Amino acid sequence: MLEQQLVNALSLGCVYALFALGFTLVFGVLGVINLSHGAVFMIGAYAALEIVTRLELPLWISVILAAGVAGLFGLAIDFLILKPLRKRNAPHLIPMIATIGAAIALNSGAQGVFGADNLRFPPALLPNEAIQFAGLHITVIELVIIFISFSLMAALMFMMKKTQTGRALRAIAESPKAAALLGINVEGLFLLTSFAAAALGGVAGVLIGLYSNAVFPLMGQPMLHKGIAVVILGGMGDIRGAMIGGLFLGFAEVLSVAYIGSTMRDAVAFGLLFLILLLRPQGLFGKVLERKA
Amino acid sequence: MEWFESFWAIHSNLILTLGTNALLALSIYLTLSCGLLALANGAFMGIGAYAASLLTLNYDMPFSLALLVGMAAPMLVAFVIGKPTLRLSGVYLAMATLGFGEVVRVILLNTESVTGGALGLNGIPQYTQWWHVALAVIIALYVLYRVKHSRIGRSFEAIKADETAASLMGVDIERTKMTAFVLGAMLAGLAGALNAHLTFFIGPSEYGFDRGVEILTMAVLGGTGSLAGPVVGSVILTLLPEVLRSFADFRLVVNGLILVVIVLFLPQGIWDPGLFRRWFGRSGKRV
Repeated sequence: MLEQQLVNALSLGCVYALFALGFTLVFGVLGVINLSHGAVFMIGAYAALEIVTRLELPLWISVILAAGVAGLFGLAIDFLILKPLRKRNAPHLIPMIATIGAAIALNSGAQGVFGADNLRFPPALLPNEAIQFAGLHITVIELVIIFISFSLMAALMFMMKKTQTGRALRAIAESPKAAALLGINVEGLFLLTSFAAAALGGVAGVLIGLYSNAVFPLMGQPMLHKGIAVVILGGMGDIRGAMIGGLFLGFAEVLSVAYIGSTMRDAVAFGLLFLILLLRPQGLFGKVLERKA
Repeated sequence: MEWFESFWAIHSNLILTLGTNALLALSIYLTLSCGLLALANGAFMGIGAYAASLLTLNYDMPFSLALLVGMAAPMLVAFVIGKPTLRLSGVYLAMATLGFGEVVRVILLNTESVTGGALGLNGIPQYTQWWHVALAVIIALYVLYRVKHSRIGRSFEAIKADETAASLMGVDIERTKMTAFVLGAMLAGLAGALNAHLTFFIGPSEYGFDRGVEILTMAVLGGTGSLAGPVVGSVILTLLPEVLRSFADFRLVVNGLILVVIVLFLPQGIWDPGLFRRWFGRSGKRV
């Protein structure tokens, strides 16, 4: 029984981690709390749904295309809103408020276009029977989630640690000005980060849409709240922290539902968050940043 | 006066909401003026609303006493969470306080025996009169005006401009930040208590993430350079959805786009004395 819960927790935690990765990437590199990340997540889910039902393409292609569509939305938000604000050197909270405006517009736009109802993926998309493995039931969708999430996380980790682009991104996270002086194309990498972050969010949207079999305009909002919790748990702007925090939240939720009661689902997760805020407000892996005079 | 009576009957709720929203915007102005990007005011509003409503609903306490508790409870909570979180700076503080807002929402949701859980509190006596709200806004504006021009207001500004320099000048950073944070919580709690005794019903979802962000938006949209800014911002943000009714389904799309456009083109907020001066060519003195 416990092992079964662990499988569920793992797949849920993977999606949280995937979502939080994009959120924390933008936070770390651009220094922006991107509140439109939930909307981009929703766009990913709708994009995959449209591609699967209207173009009747196979699922794996539509996941890739949906990531692209979500990424383009992220790119557009960066290019149209965040870039002009960067140029003007706007203070911290201004870009955040601009992304709220974008999120409101996208969420209600989706509601206007697709309606407020729950939409579902066609039933025959994935085989429904569970795979028996060492006494565990694992559904195909859970396997898909775990596989996609871990490959994307590994790819991102590899890119950040081993490639020139990753090193440049980490330099920008330290100081965009110094990075620019070193000849790094800061503006281009900002755009790339926004695209990649939104694409990750979009994939998370597709996966959650498949997992809970519900796609609706406001599906990104609860996810955004959880994303914030994950990022605080793991340390703000910390990629490794977002992964561990996401998995941790997944486990905390599933296990508290299983052993304490379903009403405690959010309470345990956010209770932990509260403890973290009191004891280590910088997160498990973060550091307190003293402002330099 | 018949015209006025029917107008009041239809719009009184909206007008009084303007007042409580103005209080909320001023509450976050207080922390912003000290350079703190704290977004916990939605949660403080909820704490004030629940504390006051529980007293009037369950114990028949007089309204004045309930209002006092509605202000004191969030102050206490602010003091407790302020200790660790105010160490964080900039966006890190914003993030941590956003998380705190969610914690409060979830606590309200899960202490069903006291707060009614997801169903919220129903049948709160409608004690709030229009003059309560008006008086609260006027007093808040007056007090904030006095604070702004006092020693403590100047230390807020010093910290906002440069924390290190301020501490070298002998400003007690920790204490001053805490003062701003706790006073902001008090104002938000007052707004919550007034609002709860206006709307008959309160529920946990009103005080979550979205509320915290909305309060910030009101203040920044209006402009945080002066006391008028947050009030102007709260009026615009409260009225905008009403004005845009003709867009029906796409009302909020327009609302969101207007927000983006304002932020892009008026980075100092709508109420920007510098901009007025440039437009009307009057050379006033720099504030």
